[in-house]
Amino acid sequence: MAAPGNNAAELHIDPSEVKKEILNRYPAKVARRRARQIVVNKVDEGEQVPEIHANTRTIPGILTMRGCAYAGCKGVVLGPTRDILQITHGPIGCGFYSWLTRRNQTRPKSLDDPNYMPYALSTDMQEEEIIFGGEKKLKKAIQEAIELFHPKAIGIFSTCPVGLIGDDVHAVAREMEEKYPEVNIFGFSCEGYKGVSQSAGHHIANNKVFTDVVGQLEAPKEGSFRLNLLGEYNIGGDAFEIERITEACGLTVHSTFSGNSEYDEFASAHTADLNVVMCHRSINYMAEMMEKRYGIPWFKINFVGARATAKSLRKIAAYFGDATLTEKVEKVIAEEMAPVEKVRQEVEARCRGKLAMLFVGGSRAHHYQELFEEIGMKTISAGYEFAHRDDYEGRKVIPTITVDADTRNIEELTVGPDGTRFRPRKGAAEIERLRQEGFRFNDYEGLMPQMADNSLVIDDLNHYETEVLIEKYKPDIFCAGIKEKYVIQKGGIPLKQLHSYDYSGPYAGFRGAINFYREIDRLVNSKVFRFVKAPWQENPELAGSYGWNG
Amino acid sequence: MLLRHTPETITDRSALTINPAKTCQPVGAMYAALGIHNCLPHSHGSQGCCAYHRSALTRHYKDPIMATTSSFTEGASVFGGQANLVESINNIFTIYSPDIIAVNTTCLSEVIGDDLPQIINKARADGKIPPGKTVIHANTPSFKGSHVTGFANMTSAMVQYLSERSGKKIPQINIIPGYVEPSDMAEMKRISLEMGIKSVLFPDTSGVVNSPLDGKFHMYPKGGATMEAIKSAGDSTFTLALGRTASLPAAKLLDTKCKVPFECLDLPIGLSATDTFVDCLRKTAGVSVPESLMVERGQVVDVLTDMHQYFFGKKVALIGDPDHLVSLAQFLTDMDMEVLYVVTGTPAGPKFVRRIRELTGEKTIVKEGLGVDMFQFHQLIKNAKPDLLFGNTYVKHIARDEDIPLIRMGFPIYDRVGHQYFPITGYRGALRLLEKILEAILDRQDRDAPEESFELVM
Ligand code: SF4
Ligand code: SF4
Repeated sequence: MAAPGNNAAELHIDPSEVKKEILNRYPAKVARRRARQIVVNKVDEGEQVPEIHANTRTIPGILTMRGCAYAGCKGVVLGPTRDILQITHGPIGCGFYSWLTRRNQTRPKSLDDPNYMPYALSTDMQEEEIIFGGEKKLKKAIQEAIELFHPKAIGIFSTCPVGLIGDDVHAVAREMEEKYPEVNIFGFSCEGYKGVSQSAGHHIANNKVFTDVVGQLEAPKEGSFRLNLLGEYNIGGDAFEIERITEACGLTVHSTFSGNSEYDEFASAHTADLNVVMCHRSINYMAEMMEKRYGIPWFKINFVGARATAKSLRKIAAYFGDATLTEKVEKVIAEEMAPVEKVRQEVEARCRGKLAMLFVGGSRAHHYQELFEEIGMKTISAGYEFAHRDDYEGRKVIPTITVDADTRNIEELTVGPDGTRFRPRKGAAEIERLRQEGFRFNDYEGLMPQMADNSLVIDDLNHYETEVLIEKYKPDIFCAGIKEKYVIQKGGIPLKQLHSYDYSGPYAGFRGAINFYREIDRLVNSKVFRFVKAPWQENPELAGSYGWNG
Repeated sequence: MLLRHTPETITDRSALTINPAKTCQPVGAMYAALGIHNCLPHSHGSQGCCAYHRSALTRHYKDPIMATTSSFTEGASVFGGQANLVESINNIFTIYSPDIIAVNTTCLSEVIGDDLPQIINKARADGKIPPGKTVIHANTPSFKGSHVTGFANMTSAMVQYLSERSGKKIPQINIIPGYVEPSDMAEMKRISLEMGIKSVLFPDTSGVVNSPLDGKFHMYPKGGATMEAIKSAGDSTFTLALGRTASLPAAKLLDTKCKVPFECLDLPIGLSATDTFVDCLRKTAGVSVPESLMVERGQVVDVLTDMHQYFFGKKVALIGDPDHLVSLAQFLTDMDMEVLYVVTGTPAGPKFVRRIRELTGEKTIVKEGLGVDMFQFHQLIKNAKPDLLFGNTYVKHIARDEDIPLIRMGFPIYDRVGHQYFPITGYRGALRLLEKILEAILDRQDRDAPEESFELVM
């Protein structure tokens, strides 16, 4: 008998049966692989969870939710920065599709400040360049871009064919930088075929931003409690809301990687005293490297969910260990929570007990469970599109992760302390004291320890499996991306996009929580889905008394 | 000022494309493939392309877009994609069981040089293609042409692989509809039906990418041209290809392969182009135009004359796909509007430029092909401001900055609905376009009017 609160049990559904049914349809080879990626969750003492197969190749021919390294690098990590001019080196498509579609919002400080986000720049490679090489065109394109835009920095993003024909974007970047020393020019070898998903692109992006941008400028911002917020991409204005809250608390967010961000903030990020990480998967590399080189400690926080936000603020305050800061944080929390609580209760009354499934990105499928929990909804199945085992099982499994060929192809930087700028922000004794207090530095507990026993955790979910899940569990809401949206909705179940938020938001922070509660309430209690069946379909027998035969 | 970095002074660029007015071939091929009944499009390359193409089409149609990918990783890029494609074909038929898989290449598989016919034969020899099932392919390298070319190539592949000539002519007309909305394809079918003509329309995405919500997900919705229909196209008496860029290659191929004579017309957008379409149908089928269509036509003329004062002399700028632009330019000229700029990123050739000038006059600035983009379009607009813009969703940034009303047309439209349900082709489509244009112009007039001349009746 499963533990109380176990949704699958309440539903009288045996998750291992569901798994078996899913695997049945597959060719043997596919079934063997998927068997290891579909896990019935079980949390033992010490957060021990079953092993899941993750960050492995997508099965050819499977209808996958995944994208590519270029999307992870150019779209996710670099996309939200407004003043790094981004040139896609390749045929036109990739640049076209990554043009504004991730919906990163940005707010330049003034009208004179650069904002290149509405621009999509590409070398639009033609057959000739494929045959004879595209470096010449790329150089020319950089020159034209500098003459038109006069940017501080240019990022070059390689697409699939660039790697194949052997264009050296890094050499081009160096050469052009010599010609234009006032512009920082750097290239990303983020060809779409690298790695197995977007994840490879995040890593490539982190490496380059770390080596070529961070540490280039000594310009600390004013403020007593200065931190960098990593892994927040300002979809739907999330970063704006977090900025509002942290400011009210008296914290200084020096830089956000990379929502609503600027080049100078990246370049001087090494001057901050703390790194907090939102999306573990996309940016834990940056946190690690900054700690090693500059001595900045990091820990995982989460601003999705009102309670999670409060918890994260308290954690940050505890780190700085300042009484006035703590007081201010508590005041902000108290003030903000009152309106949140009012809406929460109202919405909970209508949503309690409803079921959710979440299959997105690299941390959202975890974070958003908190928001659902706050309104009494249960997550019966979840998984990531491009996570690694540590995102599921917690960072403690990192030493046991086997490195395969696809991962080996992504450069791993060896980072040591910076000769002059390495400065441990906390002494060993203090770190130890904080640890004693329950502080977990450099850690992420992962998705599975927080999910109920018997929930289904599925890595790299595909379309066919989605259909089975929907049929078996009939959830009240499904969270995924645009490719899945209408597939689910045709079946009469609302889908909430958690990549783009269905063009609303913000959902982070306190006001974000209110927005999300209301949005979910709207979706799961909506009248519109009741129209799916016509009245005559509900009651198809003919019992007429007036008609031709009457 | 979203596009604050776009200067008024136009300078030459030879390498940098800024804000493209086209996208890559595979997305067009995928869209065309969706126009075959029970077909699963497959993208041969890394999965990112497929994800992007599916996302773009999904955002545009707000409907499920199903397509698979060979999911190349570095290994496939080095050793070739054969193993991935053969495995894909096996998985696809086992798991999703379509009647036909339509494979498009991507720049990656093109650069590697994968030989698709050979791989498909290998899959067949290995028994990965179940009896009665079909696999076709189109080469769609993204370093050539544009999404329109991709559409044309996949449409040609349908002819190449499926159409056959049995020697017995069937009294039916092929209509190759061009890269238009599902609603437009449905409208073309309706018009020929109204005229009592049996038609084979392919590709036909109506019912596929604008399918109803009925409480059940259908992997293969009811719509789409059946394989039998496309096969029988080889026995049709005539082919009408609509739009030179998107439809001519398939029509030519059908003529070469199956000896079906063809005529290539402009897309039936607007009054004159629809007249030509209807007239051509009438002549080839030897029927007369029914009263019902005459009524529809008359209604368009009615609105045109009733509201002429608002159209007359208005300046317009158009950006989009070549086939659309030709017909639209003609329609707007027919309404006595002045066409300032016609811009497309798709290589459409000197014939396109000549045709536009023929329709709109020598003053119109026409730009097409490599290096032509929205940045340049915006610069032109800054130099001589039109009253109205026509283009896809991305033009909204220009429209906002320059404060000019925008009529959304073409691909992609991410921020409005209707295009998948209401045609812009045929007489009904012309009426809808007129309504949209008038709405934009009159809303503008209302907004800008001083209070003393704010009109109630217009
Ligand atoms: S890699 Fe090529 S096919 Fe793929 S999206 Fe980019 S341009 Fe298009
Ligand atoms: S997992 Fe989510 S937050 Fe992280 S990169 Fe992906 S979409 Fe963004």
